[in-house]
Amino acid sequence: MDWFVANSVTMVNGIALGAVLFIVAIGLSLVFGTMDVLNLAHGSIALIGAYVGVAVLGGGASSALSFAAVLVAALVGLLAGVLLAVLTTSVRDHLRQAMLTLGVAMIVGDLLLMVFGGDVKTVPPPPALAGSVPFLGAPYPVYRLVLIGVGLVVGIGLWLLLEKTTIGAVVRATVNDRGMVEAIGVRTRLVLAGVFGGGAALAAVGGLIASPLMGAQPGNDNLMLVYALVIVVIGGLGSLKGAAVGALLVGEVQTVGVALLSGYASFLMFAVMAAILLIKPAGLLPSKHGHGGGH
Amino acid sequence: MSTINNEKTTVDPGTKTPAPRHAVRGGGRRRWLGLLLAVVALLVLASVPLWLSPYPVTMLSRILAFALLVVSVDLLTGYTGLPTLGQVAYFGAGAYAAGLTGIYLTTNAFVQMVVGTLVAAALALVTGIVAVRTKGFVFLMVTLAITELAHKQAEAMALTGGSNGLSGIPGISILPGGEPIALVGYLYWWVLFVFALGVALSVILVRSPMGRSMRGIRDGEERMRAIGRRTFMVKLVAFTFAGSLAGMAGTAWTAQARFVSPGDMAFALAAIALLSVVFGGAGTIWGPIVAAAIVILIRDEIGAIADGRGGMILGFVFVLAVFLLPRGIAGLSRRRAAAVGPTPIAGEGDEL
Amino acid sequence: MSEALLKLEGVSLHYGSLKAVDDVSFEVERGARHALIGPNGAGKSTLFSVIGGARKATAGTITFNGQDITAESESTRARAGLVRTFQHSSLFLNMSVLDNVALAVEGFEGRPWRFFPSPRADRKIRERTMEHLTNVGLADRAGELCGNLSHGERRQLEVGMVLACNPTMVLFDEPAAGMSAAETHRFMDLIESLPADVTVLIVEHDLDLVFRLAQSVSVLAAGRLIAHGSPAEVREDEAVKVAYLGESEGAEPLFYSGGSDVA
Repeated sequence: MDWFVANSVTMVNGIALGAVLFIVAIGLSLVFGTMDVLNLAHGSIALIGAYVGVAVLGGGASSALSFAAVLVAALVGLLAGVLLAVLTTSVRDHLRQAMLTLGVAMIVGDLLLMVFGGDVKTVPPPPALAGSVPFLGAPYPVYRLVLIGVGLVVGIGLWLLLEKTTIGAVVRATVNDRGMVEAIGVRTRLVLAGVFGGGAALAAVGGLIASPLMGAQPGNDNLMLVYALVIVVIGGLGSLKGAAVGALLVGEVQTVGVALLSGYASFLMFAVMAAILLIKPAGLLPSKHGHGGGH
Repeated sequence: MSTINNEKTTVDPGTKTPAPRHAVRGGGRRRWLGLLLAVVALLVLASVPLWLSPYPVTMLSRILAFALLVVSVDLLTGYTGLPTLGQVAYFGAGAYAAGLTGIYLTTNAFVQMVVGTLVAAALALVTGIVAVRTKGFVFLMVTLAITELAHKQAEAMALTGGSNGLSGIPGISILPGGEPIALVGYLYWWVLFVFALGVALSVILVRSPMGRSMRGIRDGEERMRAIGRRTFMVKLVAFTFAGSLAGMAGTAWTAQARFVSPGDMAFALAAIALLSVVFGGAGTIWGPIVAAAIVILIRDEIGAIADGRGGMILGFVFVLAVFLLPRGIAGLSRRRAAAVGPTPIAGEGDEL
Repeated sequence: MSEALLKLEGVSLHYGSLKAVDDVSFEVERGARHALIGPNGAGKSTLFSVIGGARKATAGTITFNGQDITAESESTRARAGLVRTFQHSSLFLNMSVLDNVALAVEGFEGRPWRFFPSPRADRKIRERTMEHLTNVGLADRAGELCGNLSHGERRQLEVGMVLACNPTMVLFDEPAAGMSAAETHRFMDLIESLPADVTVLIVEHDLDLVFRLAQSVSVLAAGRLIAHGSPAEVREDEAVKVAYLGESEGAEPLFYSGGSDVA
């Protein structure tokens, strides 16, 4: 029990990180599940979101500006996602998709470096959420608790969208049977492009709201990409619940792991992933007719 | 180097059911042409220190070591259908092992190469038992995990110099008890020797029954099992061979750089090694080698000229290559482009 | 009387409450030409993959050549002489016709791990491969890329690959699917010319083909075996008539005339 009390704050930090990572990773997972595209520029979109925060909030945050930053990030992410959807439509081979999206990631990375420089930039949380509240017997940043709430809202919202709407039915059907993509009409293709745009918008917003925790700096794009890939592969491709579980696991390993074995957190994360894949190659919660390890 | 995929369909005319004559003619002629091209390329490469200044020769050494790493990625990704980000781990293992051998044991280059290759082979065998049970995206992620774990291990260990890297590696010597080599040209020749040896072994491998089995797994693993083949063993042997080759490339890297850092086993290097294979044409040997040279030139040389924008230029090259070179650099060869898949057919030669 | 070559006893494959294959028992004699038929969704293909080893039975035992193979992998079954073909040609399309068969030959007669050059061993593999290609009439196509073959030629190659595995028994999964009438005809000749000691189990939709080739027939409906006997007996069986005609009206006539049914 003592261990839990001593580490409870760290564990809540892990949930907050997991919530943000979930928002970033779910787009990667759904795009892979529906479009059969592994978007390796996904981390770059998250970093763009973080730099939107730097651009909009760098001179000082207000509630209105923070709200505007979220909107701008979502819009930029949406556009980037649609652009990537268009670029990747004719590229069915996974290796060439990897070359295309990693190429885009390299371009974006250097562009951001040119504009914003190589230093770590901090992004302030919205002023209304900047304070602390007593939590578990100590002051705890409100912002992190809000992140957990946002993660929950996004998760539940996506679940409702996927399970209760026609659009969701199309998305789920495509995840379960990719052959459908070939046999469907234009309208459905629009839905799929929407998944790409929506997933990218979530990544950008995720990158933005993560920036008060992680800052904005070159290299965070690769970091976010690797986190998201690990989450998706742990949870199972194209699976909403899987992404949630994977994100929480990675969030905890990254925070509790750092607290217990500083310097070995990344080691631990990959060890956990390798162990899970050995036992369940299709991930913890694969989508029902999951694609297993199929490439 | 251009006949790597040229299958041995040349049938002895004396057998009672001869293959069509064009297969005999085309296959044989292309193989000799390829061998001739390879010999010419090797002679040109060997003559480089005689007419180039030390700086470009050093750069060429780096390119050759990296190109051998890329070939090892190609053996798995292009020939066996296993997209990998893990080869840099064995590359790093070979590089560290060679460096440590140089510091503590002997400066003899052959010993360093053998030790580095064996260490990498052992690591690849052990990790391969785990990795080759998966395929596709999951395999990619497992190999990424191998790279990250190796990277962290190298940063954490005192033996490998931690995050500062392993320095103080003495120069290599060729003859037992001989003087360490100081001249860039001689170092280059050693790297070229390792490169040529590694590529020759790879060419022999992909043209052998083992290579045919690897391509069988790439094209239809389920089918391989249905004809009674134990695909796990084929994949494990291929993985171990590719790991050894990467380790060999690592020893060449150490020989020319005399320094190894954890960065030599990082995600970024793994990514450009994989992309070099795609860019060059997965499932051919010469394409990825050319691509490796272009990639290193852009990243290090043009990047330095263009104010450190090597990454961006490389990114543009990759994006353009996706649309302009659907079959990679190797697809530019007309004969190869005629084939549907990465493996050209024997009878194509008669189109010429 | 020698024991049956293939024996199924109470073989089932249940996914939860869904009974894809339910308590199926039958035997195939050595050297027999046996057919497994049934209307759409009867579980033929599922049972086929259970016999081939791609899926494992949830209950029952499968005995092949006196050995219990219920838990054995696909490749082990193939090595024991029980070799399957595929419904949708799954050949090595990016490799030459010769390579396709050589892969099978090497698995049984060569040393598949060999990676050093050996002209003698190479020639031996080539000779054996060309023999098999000649037997299926593809010798002059040896150097062709498999992907360039016509549908019928691919089926011929399929048979060549299977024969290169030295099979005791060959499982054919809807071999006539997608074939033209002429191709079907040529293919039937090919199957009829198989060595008499090679046992054949054929899962087929095209009943004309079944009644021409098979000496014995098992009929599957809704995962259960409903009839077993000679073609004539099965043709007259009331349960079989009901099973076929009981489907949605006119969807499944008992006998086709064209014989080109795309599965």
